[in-house]
Amino acid sequence: MTEIFNALVLLTNFVLVPGLTYGSQLALGALGVTIIYGILRFANFAHGDLMSFGTMFVILLTWWFQSMGVGIDPLPTALLALPFGIGAAILLTLFADKTVYRFYRRRKSAPVIFLIASIGLMFVYSGTVRFIIGPADQQFADGARFLLKVQEFKEVTGLKEGLAIKLSQGLSVGVAVIVVVALFWFLQKSRTGKAMRAYSDNEDLALLSGINPERVVFFAWVIAAALATIAGTMYGLDKSFKPYTYFQLLLPIFASAILGGIGHPIGAIVGAFIVAFSEVTITYAYKKFLRYLLPESWEPDSLVQLLSTDYKFAVSFVILVVVLLVRPTGVFRGKVI
Amino acid sequence: MSSLPRPPFLFAGVVLALMAVGFSQSWGVSLSIVNLCLISAVMALGLNMQWGYAGLINLGAMGFAALGGLAGVLVSKAPIAEAWSAGGGNLGLSVVMVVATVAVALLGRRFMSRGPLRNIVTAVIIVAGYFLARTFFDPAVDAIESIDGAKAGYLGGAGLPIILSWVVGGALAGGAAWMIGKIALGLRTDYFAIATLGISEIILAVIKNEDWLSRGVKNVTGLNRPVPYEIDLQTSPWFLDMVAWLGADPVSGSSIFVKLCYAALFIAVLLILIWLLERALNSPWGRMMRAIRDNEDAAEAMGKNVTRRHLQIFVLGAAVIGMAGAMLTTLDGQFTPGSYNPLRFTFVIWVMVIVGGSGNNWGSVLGAFIIWFMWIEAEPAGIWLMDVVTSGLDESNPLRLHLLRSAPHMRVIVMGLVLLLMLRFSPKGLMPEVRRR
Amino acid sequence: MSFLIGKNMTGGYGGADILHGCTIAVDRGEIAVIVGPNGAGKSTAMKAIFGMLSLREGTVLLDNEDITQLSPQQRVGKGMSFVPQNNNVFATMTVQENLEMGAYLRTDDFSETMQQIYDLFPILHEKKNQPAGELSGGQRQQVAVGRALMTQPSVLMLDEPTAGVSPIVMDELFDRILEIRATGIAILMVEQNARQALMVADKGYVLVTGENRFTDSGQALLENPDVRRSFLGG
Repeated sequence: MTEIFNALVLLTNFVLVPGLTYGSQLALGALGVTIIYGILRFANFAHGDLMSFGTMFVILLTWWFQSMGVGIDPLPTALLALPFGIGAAILLTLFADKTVYRFYRRRKSAPVIFLIASIGLMFVYSGTVRFIIGPADQQFADGARFLLKVQEFKEVTGLKEGLAIKLSQGLSVGVAVIVVVALFWFLQKSRTGKAMRAYSDNEDLALLSGINPERVVFFAWVIAAALATIAGTMYGLDKSFKPYTYFQLLLPIFASAILGGIGHPIGAIVGAFIVAFSEVTITYAYKKFLRYLLPESWEPDSLVQLLSTDYKFAVSFVILVVVLLVRPTGVFRGKVI
Repeated sequence: MSSLPRPPFLFAGVVLALMAVGFSQSWGVSLSIVNLCLISAVMALGLNMQWGYAGLINLGAMGFAALGGLAGVLVSKAPIAEAWSAGGGNLGLSVVMVVATVAVALLGRRFMSRGPLRNIVTAVIIVAGYFLARTFFDPAVDAIESIDGAKAGYLGGAGLPIILSWVVGGALAGGAAWMIGKIALGLRTDYFAIATLGISEIILAVIKNEDWLSRGVKNVTGLNRPVPYEIDLQTSPWFLDMVAWLGADPVSGSSIFVKLCYAALFIAVLLILIWLLERALNSPWGRMMRAIRDNEDAAEAMGKNVTRRHLQIFVLGAAVIGMAGAMLTTLDGQFTPGSYNPLRFTFVIWVMVIVGGSGNNWGSVLGAFIIWFMWIEAEPAGIWLMDVVTSGLDESNPLRLHLLRSAPHMRVIVMGLVLLLMLRFSPKGLMPEVRRR
Repeated sequence: MSFLIGKNMTGGYGGADILHGCTIAVDRGEIAVIVGPNGAGKSTAMKAIFGMLSLREGTVLLDNEDITQLSPQQRVGKGMSFVPQNNNVFATMTVQENLEMGAYLRTDDFSETMQQIYDLFPILHEKKNQPAGELSGGQRQQVAVGRALMTQPSVLMLDEPTAGVSPIVMDELFDRILEIRATGIAILMVEQNARQALMVADKGYVLVTGENRFTDSGQALLENPDVRRSFLGG
């Protein structure tokens, strides 16, 4: 019996908790992408580096707070800096929209043009972040490290395997829940939120109903920038901040959004968790897990790892390809431009 | 549009800039830039084929270039007999397993009717085949990588002259593009772009991790060359005579001579390629391509198989990019997977195509030269600028140090601004597509 | 003077003219129907009155006010409402939300108006929390019309409201339109089903190649032998 519990704890520690955490982070990122896709109707390749920019601002401010001894122990100081980072990201995206995208919107350019423009902005954001903070790994987490320590768990349960929950993991999930609830309340209940959904659903009819397109676009960028900064900060607190990593996150983020049905917020969340859990379960080495469950003669020698962790991005890519082949509109039937 | 200088001036401008570098820095540096410009021009030509002729957004040029580089290793390195005998057999069996799995899966699909059951069966076959293949693959890899791990640890290559890798690289990249295209073409533009981005990351991940193939991140150095070695030149009489007559010294002279040889090879490739492309564009095939691009629906209504044409272009364009990748690895004399990053290999090439002029071959060449030159010179220029800006500050001032260290990243910002400005104010590029009959 | 009139309208979508000196008018509490063969410019005439294309010549007057230069959104503000032929509901939003979007420009409490719409279209009240995309064709049309009525417009413009619906549903729709007329709204309609439309019309405009060919009351047009021969099948 204890063998089963040990196995379950092992799985919880190395698959369930990391999956939930990573899924929450991806969900926040995918929500930003899907909202921009739904309202502005293009795939924003600058989103990863927008996350980078917002997080960079949070990090710099966090370091400043830390140097001044300002903190909110046991919570990370980054949470204090987060609103300011969001503000900076919002200003950046609104500026980018005004100087770059609005021109093409007025001319009703093809979505391809927006995509190329977003690549140009990606360069600018990426270069700016590296210029200001450099391309290397940065750590900025402080406060308590664990919500639940391995030792504590072992003492309470008496099991051989321990479960640890880091504060950053708890934060990722908790903040994501709060943000998602707030976002859905906004979209479902508020007048502006409904106007945004209407605009995303049927642009011509929305205009006929008197909905102001620039206002909708404004809110879309504000929400996307906020989501990007929060996602980036949660990821950075949990793992670390490295500009190139945030660019690479574009792939699982797009996979999540497309899998869920692009333009559908719920889809983005569902897609994110599917992608996150797929990545974690497929790259986990089940050797120890199986050792607990199987009789001795059946115990595996190899790691029993389906794919090495280096191929993490392969998982999101394969999911993406399968979705695009089998059901391109995604789980919740999103737009296909 | 009329405010932009005419192409001949622009080409002349580039030549002048390169000569200026030659005088102020060194001819060696200038020629290095020229060689990389030439390689980038080939890459831009390949990308332009896909974007300018077929409207495909390929964000995976990095992957195709890496495959070309891989070909350099697979073609030119001598085979390592021990590794082959240790793991070759099992490796072969795992390949057989993969082929068998795909065959069984495809056959199974043909015999079953559409529906969820068919998909489930396909998935089961693939998963089972995967595990079966792994039972042969894993021991093979372990065996191969343990043979002389420090200096080898891989299978080696075919031991042929490296210049053949230019063709093989193209074929490898083209083959990959064929598989990708079969799956992904027909998707809408955004999705296709994302798919190509993902594929290139996967290709690179495979190259970096499968040490048995090409040593992964341990790199493969000492590739053979299609041009003479500097050391050989420095001891050969005819060269020493020529250098003496020119009044240069043998060491730097040999280096410059080697670079000139490469340049000659690259220029030959470039010219042949452009000639082929121009001929193709003016042929019925080329006219059909343009017709499809300009009005896909009408073309399809007329019975043209658009997807098949797109696949052709995608494969050909990828092959060209692969060839460029092989050329680059040849020039470097080594294969370093860690040096492939999407910024330099995919996105900078995109800027070249957009700036040069989509759909115009000479435009791509021009764009390649201008943008690559900017990319290279922006780093020292940025450092120089920061130096001037902070000249009033003390040598060890942290702000000054930070600015000097960060200066190289400015070129990324400049690239982005160039792309945005070009897209906005001159979307057809410096050399717009020539309207042909 | 009619409440709404597009006088001598000449223009198109940017290339050749589609309308040539066409005049369409409708009064409060009146149903005016535009019929004609395919390509006659029926929808174009209505879109011109709504401001969705620029007129080279001609004026549009609403309650004696010249609105020719106003954008469609501005005309909505003046009390006009337009129901397009296709894509005329927010498919992913519920029936209730569609109506709310219809009232987007209103700053007052519109619950009473919404109740009136539900009274007019009882089935919508039943399905008010269902996404509009899941409703049948006829019910969707009701949502579309309901959405347009939420601004309490003085003019309701319908572009082929019965396109693609079954005859029973068409009858029901026309019944509803008659009820709407009873509230004093001016109704302008483009219709392909000429016979049924003219039966409810107070005024009928037969357009051919962008010009007025016949203008009369609905009944008179139905009895007109030329009209019957050309468009009503004798």
